[in-house]
Amino acid sequence: MRRRAILGYGAAGVGAVALMLFVGWWRVDGPGAPAPVGQLPVALTEMDFRLTDHEGNAVGPETLIGRPTMAFFGFTYCPDVCPTTLSDISGWLDDLGDEADEMNVVFITVDPERDTVETMAEYVGYFHPAIRGWTGPEEQIARVADGFRATYERVPTESGDYTMNHTASVFLFAASGRFVTMIDYHEAREFAVPKIRRALAEEMEGAT
Amino acid sequence: MKKYILTSTLAALLTLGGLSVPALAGPEDVVVENAWSRASIGMNRPGAAYMTIRNAGDEPVTLIGLKTPLAMMPEIHETKTNAEGVSSMSPAGEITIAPGESVALEPGGLHAMLMRLQEPMTEGETFPLTLLFDGGGEVTVDVPILGIAARGPQD
Ligand SMILES: [Cu+2]
Repeated sequence: MRRRAILGYGAAGVGAVALMLFVGWWRVDGPGAPAPVGQLPVALTEMDFRLTDHEGNAVGPETLIGRPTMAFFGFTYCPDVCPTTLSDISGWLDDLGDEADEMNVVFITVDPERDTVETMAEYVGYFHPAIRGWTGPEEQIARVADGFRATYERVPTESGDYTMNHTASVFLFAASGRFVTMIDYHEAREFAVPKIRRALAEEMEGAT
Repeated sequence: MKKYILTSTLAALLTLGGLSVPALAGPEDVVVENAWSRASIGMNRPGAAYMTIRNAGDEPVTLIGLKTPLAMMPEIHETKTNAEGVSSMSPAGEITIAPGESVALEPGGLHAMLMRLQEPMTEGETFPLTLLFDGGGEVTVDVPILGIAARGPQD
């Protein structure tokens, strides 16, 4: 009888521990977890880097403050993902029409060795005229990627060249520089354009 | 399925008998549709081509390689994007297409990677691309070269 009571308490104890573990999991890793803040870009106002745009102008995070921003990483020797993203963005900008006029759109290279200012100028010229191409010294590119919590890596190819693995998401920031959301690669246009409108709307709220 | 086993057995017997075996699932059953590619800037960058490959026959076919006068190293590649949003690209290896099935080479997934271009890819032109199949079968398609900002075969 006594022994059974102890067993009973033991079972209740195990149950309580299990519940605590479950609640802990729910809050930390489970559906109740907050967005992984460490993996999201910091605000543009907290970034510090110096690059050059495709027209030779010195640019930095402050260049983007005051207008909503759409930014993404890539490289001009990229045969598949980058031209696809650039043409997707061109399509979204066409859909937005006049709304897109007050927006910064920036393509930042992760391959500054091959992507000089002139190379970027030629490349972006094939896409929507709002798209700016930014390049700069490797250590500055590293700082941009760090602020965006983006990654890139140089990988040799069988042809003796190299390619770049890189974050392919499109990042959206409000005019204040606050990070709003990102558009994942492969995300359908019916989701992408409303997300851009959300970043544009934040500007309106800030302005009024 | 039963038919496939039977023909395989037959093929094995014929091979054992020293007879040359014609490609059982001949490339005459392979239909390539909606082929397209993007123009290149010069010859230093690799190009990419896309298409749908349909197996209209009743035997599986296996795509083992590519050949084209346009590029020294054409190869089927696959782009993958991981949970962190990082995209990478690597050779896709052999691709087997079941009877009645299709494989889509499309942006952000499988693509014909055209490494070491022999000439620039010029918008408005076409180039021949030969698909090589297991068993020695070949299918050649003329791939239209669209603009650099093209999004699909209709652009
Ligand atoms: Cu590739």
